[in-house]
Amino acid sequence: MERPIPREYKRPRKIADYPQGPNFSAGHLIDVSSGMRTFRPVIDAAKCVRCLRCFLLCPDGAIDKSGPELEVDYNYCKGCGVCACECKVKAVSMEKEGVGQ
Amino acid sequence: MKTRQFVSGDEAVALGVRLVRPHVIAAYPITPQTIVVERLSDFVEDGSLKAEYLHVESEHSAMAASIGASGVGARTFTATSSQGLLYMAECLHYASGSRLPIVMMNANRAIATPWNIFGDQMDSMSQLSVGWIQLYVEDAQEALDMIIQAYKIAEDPEILTPVMVNLDGFVLTHTYEIVEIPGEEEVNRFLPPFSTSNKMDFDDPKSLCITAGPDWNTEFRYQQHQAILRAADKIYQSDREFGEVFGRKYGGMVEAYRCTDAEVILITLGSVCGTTRLVVDSMRTDGHRVGLLKLRCIRPFPHEEIRQICGQAKAIGVLEKDISFGCEGAVYCDVNSALSQLTTVPQTLNFIAGLGGRNIAKVDIERMFLTLLSSERGQTADHVRFAQLRSE
Repeated sequence: MERPIPREYKRPRKIADYPQGPNFSAGHLIDVSSGMRTFRPVIDAAKCVRCLRCFLLCPDGAIDKSGPELEVDYNYCKGCGVCACECKVKAVSMEKEGVGQ
Repeated sequence: MKTRQFVSGDEAVALGVRLVRPHVIAAYPITPQTIVVERLSDFVEDGSLKAEYLHVESEHSAMAASIGASGVGARTFTATSSQGLLYMAECLHYASGSRLPIVMMNANRAIATPWNIFGDQMDSMSQLSVGWIQLYVEDAQEALDMIIQAYKIAEDPEILTPVMVNLDGFVLTHTYEIVEIPGEEEVNRFLPPFSTSNKMDFDDPKSLCITAGPDWNTEFRYQQHQAILRAADKIYQSDREFGEVFGRKYGGMVEAYRCTDAEVILITLGSVCGTTRLVVDSMRTDGHRVGLLKLRCIRPFPHEEIRQICGQAKAIGVLEKDISFGCEGAVYCDVNSALSQLTTVPQTLNFIAGLGGRNIAKVDIERMFLTLLSSERGQTADHVRFAQLRSE
């Protein structure tokens, strides 16, 4: 998977540095975006049957299917729990952030 | 090749729009603007205008669709009036804040309630702070000419600001006159194709309408303000260039008519300028030194022009078809703001007239001039007068 890469953002210092209208290059990420997560999804590879339901339904596209096992991109997962809720074989569990890591 | 046609104000606007070849038209019909969009849909249907005509379900959608079209770099036109203008108010800010050079015709019409479909300027005057350039025209020829010029001004890379061209409802939209319709070649020579980098583009993808929080907001607003101020120069420049190509000039931001030695000057805008001109001529014949200052644009506001032209006069009247309830007419407020920078400020009076389409006759305007001639400098009471009020 082509994971989004945060890029440096040069803060405008004067009017001339601003764009003319409120627009900016699309997809220019200045930071990872997962700070609001309370619970993190953890995939149990032993239970996973790779049906890709979580991959299809993740609202943030944070499930990586490029490797042999599905992985969550924790840089962008918001912890919404859709994957855990939708998993038919209960391979995804939601674990409290900061506990058991 | 130019032609001459006997058309209404609305038709003149539609003919002007056809000449600028917009890519997209998104509009919802409303009296007294309806004929504009009827004619434009005819033109698209008969193939004489190759534009995408979007049928929308409301004015809010008309402006939203225009923003989308302009946001991919399309030349876009819409038209509205009265309640329709107010319904799209939220989107007016989106268009100007996004710096999208949409051109819109507004048929000036009264605002409910009391319900009324006739002409006054309450609609556009309530939208002065939405970041649009606001032009007012006197006749159908000026309407057609300013539609063409509006694109020149709006699309200038230093401006990128939407323009509203205002025509008085019925008095101008539904009356007929002979109008010179310019040839396509001349229009193409005057108005280059629209090109902008402020757009959605597969080759250079951008997010439009980005968030700008407390730390970033002021500079975007300052840029908008500066762009509209700069538009004043472009309006003069456009007037000059238009004159060179088409042989008609209007004077830019304002037109001063017999103001040079005027003791009193009446400032007004829109179609009533024509009537006022006649009154000025007849009163001049009787020896009264009166003049007319026609405002052609009120955003940007011609502060400097007003000071220069009115600075030596004894009294200034502002005749307008709107009232900001509990304050004054909107134009009067702005005129006073301009004059307040003078060392000696002339006496000023506000004449509110023509509300809900009531006719403003020559005799009404003559009475205003006579009131101004007999007014004393420093008079403080009763600045705002409802000129045609049925009082006891």
